[in-house]
Amino acid sequence: MTTAPRPPLDLGATRRVGFRTILIREFGRIMRIWGQTVLPPAVTATLYFIIFGSLIGRRIGEMGGFDYMQYIAPGLIMMSVITNSYGNVVSSFFGAKFSKHIEELMVSPLPSWLIVIGYICGGVLRGLIVGAVVTAVALFFTRLSVHHVLIILSSVILTATVFSLGGFINAIYARNFDQISWFPTYILAPLTYLGGVFYSVSLLPAWAEKLSYANPILYMVNAFRYGFLGSSDVPIGVAYAIMLAFAAVLFTVAVMLLNRGVGIRE
Amino acid sequence: MLALSLKNLTKTYKNGVQALKGIDLEVEEGDFFALLGPNGAGKTTAIGIVTSLVNKSVGQVEVFGHDADTALEAAKSCIGLVPQEINFNQFESVETIVVNQAGFYGVPRKLARERAERYLKQLQLWDKRRAVARSLSGGMKRRLMIARALMHEPRMLILDEPTAGVDIEIRRSMWEFLRDINDRGTTIILTTHYLEEAENLCRHVAIIDHGRIIERDRMSNVIRKLQTEIFVFNLRSAVATAPVLPGYAVKLTDDRTFEIEVDREQNLNDIFAQLSAQGMEVLSMRNKVNRLEDFFMKLVEGSAAASATAAPTAATEPGRSGRCPVNH
Repeated sequence: MTTAPRPPLDLGATRRVGFRTILIREFGRIMRIWGQTVLPPAVTATLYFIIFGSLIGRRIGEMGGFDYMQYIAPGLIMMSVITNSYGNVVSSFFGAKFSKHIEELMVSPLPSWLIVIGYICGGVLRGLIVGAVVTAVALFFTRLSVHHVLIILSSVILTATVFSLGGFINAIYARNFDQISWFPTYILAPLTYLGGVFYSVSLLPAWAEKLSYANPILYMVNAFRYGFLGSSDVPIGVAYAIMLAFAAVLFTVAVMLLNRGVGIRE
Repeated sequence: MLALSLKNLTKTYKNGVQALKGIDLEVEEGDFFALLGPNGAGKTTAIGIVTSLVNKSVGQVEVFGHDADTALEAAKSCIGLVPQEINFNQFESVETIVVNQAGFYGVPRKLARERAERYLKQLQLWDKRRAVARSLSGGMKRRLMIARALMHEPRMLILDEPTAGVDIEIRRSMWEFLRDINDRGTTIILTTHYLEEAENLCRHVAIIDHGRIIERDRMSNVIRKLQTEIFVFNLRSAVATAPVLPGYAVKLTDDRTFEIEVDREQNLNDIFAQLSAQGMEVLSMRNKVNRLEDFFMKLVEGSAAASATAAPTAATEPGRSGRCPVNH
């Protein structure tokens, strides 16, 4: 600590180190509470595979031309990714708000967009870790073919990004712990279960099939499934357009809200 | 160079409360500056705006010449904040908290670990570096927040009641530490309820009340402005009534104790001479209150009276708080 002149702030280096630090902190949090972050999805997925795959699946036979267990595996992986990427950001950011350590970031020279990206990457990271764990569980029950690895990776990363952003916006507006569980329970879970995880929408009555196309999660699950099976209920191009549009809009909203300090500073 | 410049800083909360009514304030680089005021005066709001934790309504903030509106990142990188409330993740270790905070300011991890060792040792927290923050005592948590604020070696350190609830021994060691970093060039702005602390540490003082700066001067000048002091005398023998001392206001508090208000122009020899002439033997004598506290109370009481009678429009008139001259 001296009075000697200091070099001007190196914005690029500050942002690089700052971003890496947010990511290290988020990864540290995921690993510190692995019993809440990584283990439960593995247990839940195992139960789904036993009940829906082995017990009920045998009686169902084929779905969309594939063995039922093979058909639901991508959907179950994606369901875990959606739930966990959303849950990671909503609980991490709301927790930081609640205990006020979000102020550590708010007083720092990191811009809002970088803070949002840092948290979103944390959510994507957890989504990918959990996705990998659930994939490993799935391999105990069925064989997973890979039709297009880039589609698998890009669709899972985009989906995790969209739901991490959703979790971030939820955390910004939430004033108590009830408000961070409201959206996942009453909106996200129904949309996920009705998003073609367990069935092909072509099996539904015409009106229900049409209604299902309004559910964005249907496109995400189907894009991911296409990467494994090469089969989808929706055009892949449309699925990507929807995912990209959601990611762009939600990112813009999240940065705008953080810039204005909504829910954080008056 | 000015470390901090506030111009017409105004904050009106959504509930209509006007916490700051257009304050102007300048703090020189290298100063040890006290920002004093009663609860709810606007100190924490002002600090919140300077550190980007509170959105301002109107006004300008400059930190070492960086305008917070146009060069926010550069302005923020100059500031280290020790907030009033505990605001670290209580589930993280002491070392993780300080190293991560350095990272948020762009300090590479290796350098951050070296600094963590230095500051945690200086603040007697090195032995606790692996402890989870929530397991620390209140005093340790305060020191952790100081260490955290220093990790990017800021040019200006803002401490919002850093010694609240800290025992006197730790408080004094914190004073020494703050004096030391100030001697090495860091500008320090301190808010405290311990006026003795401000009197001991700070070279300049601003007193804020009802969202306005009501005094801004060198600490020594403020102390000099005290016109009177109250002394408490203890007598060997009981008396029925207060002694009559022409030219002095005397108040009997019990049969062996009385208080005398002494003007700066008067002298104590005269009082002792008069007491001796009346056959009274003084056993001991002491100041009734802390000098700065006395001045502070007079100012705040005066300000409250003025606010009560002020026209409502005067409160929002731009530049009114600029009455207080900046003296260096």
